[in-house]
Amino acid sequence: MDILAHVPILVVGIPLLGAFATPLIGRAGARARNWFAIFILLLTTALAIALAVSVYQSGPRVYVLGGQSFGFTLPSGYFFPIRIILEVDGMSAFFALIIAVTTLLGAIYSTAFIAGHSGLEKYYALLLLLAAGMFGMVVTGDAFNFFVFLEITSIAATGLVAFRTGRAESSEAAFKMMVLYNIGGLFVLLAVAILYGQYGALNFAYLARLIEYSLLDVIALALFVLALALKAGAVPMHMWVPDAYPAAPAPITMVMVANTQIGLYGLYRICFTLYGLKLTPALVGWIVIILGLASIFIGVSMAVIQRDLKRLIAYSGIAQIGYMLLGVGVGLAVLGTPALNSYGLMAMKGGIFHIINHAFYEGLLFLAAGAISYRTGTRNLDELGGLAHNMRWTAIFFIIGGAAIAGLPPFNGFASKLIIYESVFKFNPILAVIALLASILTLAIYTRAFQSAFVGPQLPAYKDVREAPASMMFPMGVLAILTVLFGLFPDLVVKYLVTPAAQALVNQAQYIEAILGAGLGVK
Amino acid sequence: MIANFPYVTAILLMIFGLYAALFRRNLVKIAIGITLMESGVNLFLVSLGYRRGGIAPIYTLAPEAGERMVLPTPQALTLTSIVIGLATTAVLLALIVVIYRHYGTLDADKINKLRG
Repeated sequence: MDILAHVPILVVGIPLLGAFATPLIGRAGARARNWFAIFILLLTTALAIALAVSVYQSGPRVYVLGGQSFGFTLPSGYFFPIRIILEVDGMSAFFALIIAVTTLLGAIYSTAFIAGHSGLEKYYALLLLLAAGMFGMVVTGDAFNFFVFLEITSIAATGLVAFRTGRAESSEAAFKMMVLYNIGGLFVLLAVAILYGQYGALNFAYLARLIEYSLLDVIALALFVLALALKAGAVPMHMWVPDAYPAAPAPITMVMVANTQIGLYGLYRICFTLYGLKLTPALVGWIVIILGLASIFIGVSMAVIQRDLKRLIAYSGIAQIGYMLLGVGVGLAVLGTPALNSYGLMAMKGGIFHIINHAFYEGLLFLAAGAISYRTGTRNLDELGGLAHNMRWTAIFFIIGGAAIAGLPPFNGFASKLIIYESVFKFNPILAVIALLASILTLAIYTRAFQSAFVGPQLPAYKDVREAPASMMFPMGVLAILTVLFGLFPDLVVKYLVTPAAQALVNQAQYIEAILGAGLGVK
Repeated sequence: MIANFPYVTAILLMIFGLYAALFRRNLVKIAIGITLMESGVNLFLVSLGYRRGGIAPIYTLAPEAGERMVLPTPQALTLTSIVIGLATTAVLLALIVVIYRHYGTLDADKINKLRG
């Protein structure tokens, strides 16, 4: 049996089984449990890489659950798919890589960071469950299945944010987040039900072929956009982000960054693959652009006034989500016009490239902030100071992350932001200018944050502070290396990782044909 | 007209639930609002699957040619969504218990360590 044929289900199934096995393994001791969780995520990462390689080489992969055979999408004699079908294209594989890297590094970082808490087997179980949910959301080709995995990520993420129940703010942030996630999830379910009621199908590819953009479809689209922008933390649905990020343990915050990006994945998948040219691209594109601009503006201006380091990073992260919406929104606005090839596709590449860069440098910043609070017990920038004397490596990692988020060369944030500026400028110069100004402000924010935390004389309170332990330094080192490498060789990354993902979004017919076969493409 | 009644009820339930979840200040009432919304969506889903005179798709009841069997997908979806709803409600209520232990109140206006 060819094990590689089953990779699409294995990336979901292995972490899911691992999640429920973790409490059992936990009986054998803390060390066994930690290694088990890391082993499961390592295995999943290897599978995700294998999946990405195969998809990038030979186009979308489909996997039928419970069918006569795994590649047989249509039951004999029928013209529509009735089973749950997983479909992995370039975009899904791209996100699967991000999820794999962040969850694996998060688990390694957790071994030292969260040690000493009780109930850790549940912590790792929830982490694996979150990974399973996120993988599920990106590999599924079924609308209801998408909702189920969305709810799995909501529940697991809430459990992890609220994990440190001793802190009042954890439960408060988790409650706020859960209420909003729930409303978003129900909006998605309602939208799925509306589509099902009209077309009698749940498969994205089949729906994409039938969809007519009637009034009900417009309502469904609005519900999808609202719910998924909420999950992505875009302004004006961002208020849970700055509460939930600081309340979560640092490694979870990093995984949560990937989790919000899955919201973007859903948004792109719905807009490009499900509706495609049937929606009015200019209008919906502009809505996405405006969401992006609002996120950039509010995110940056709220970050200026923060005194809590993690809250500051969270707000500037909202601004970065805005860049991703801006880039892909421009691509959506010119979908189907000649401008797509002259700059629209480039803008989408910039936005998508920014997603993977953001996962790395934002994760790095959160881990560095976690290392600081792990050693000093505070994240308040007014109390911190002079830490560069004691935590030299953390300081270097923070500089790398800060420079990347502000878009300084030669770090990865510069590479993707440059593509966004160039292509958005051709679409509308004012948008590019706003994006550029926000970047400069971000630089100022991080200069100040670095200065107040690391620079200055050694404070007496932090005289005995040591560097963070090795298991925390390792994930930060990996992320820092990736941040620098992606900044030094952006051409290679864009060519091999980003372009296939962007092409997968634009090429709706390929997604449909993978399930329904050639000749049954867009009607 | 009368056939649309379940849909109208479902939409009303959702609107009431959304209102309670967004504008009520008591955490338990917020949770109830979420549950109401859930019921509305579930009602909507399950009423999509209703066919007058349809037969349940059970193998031993397989109808003669020409009669209608009902596709069980909406019922299956509704069941799944009810189970998910149970899990999310449990998480919400558990969080409410923890919040009450910390703050001694369920008033959302007094639970405000996180602002700005």
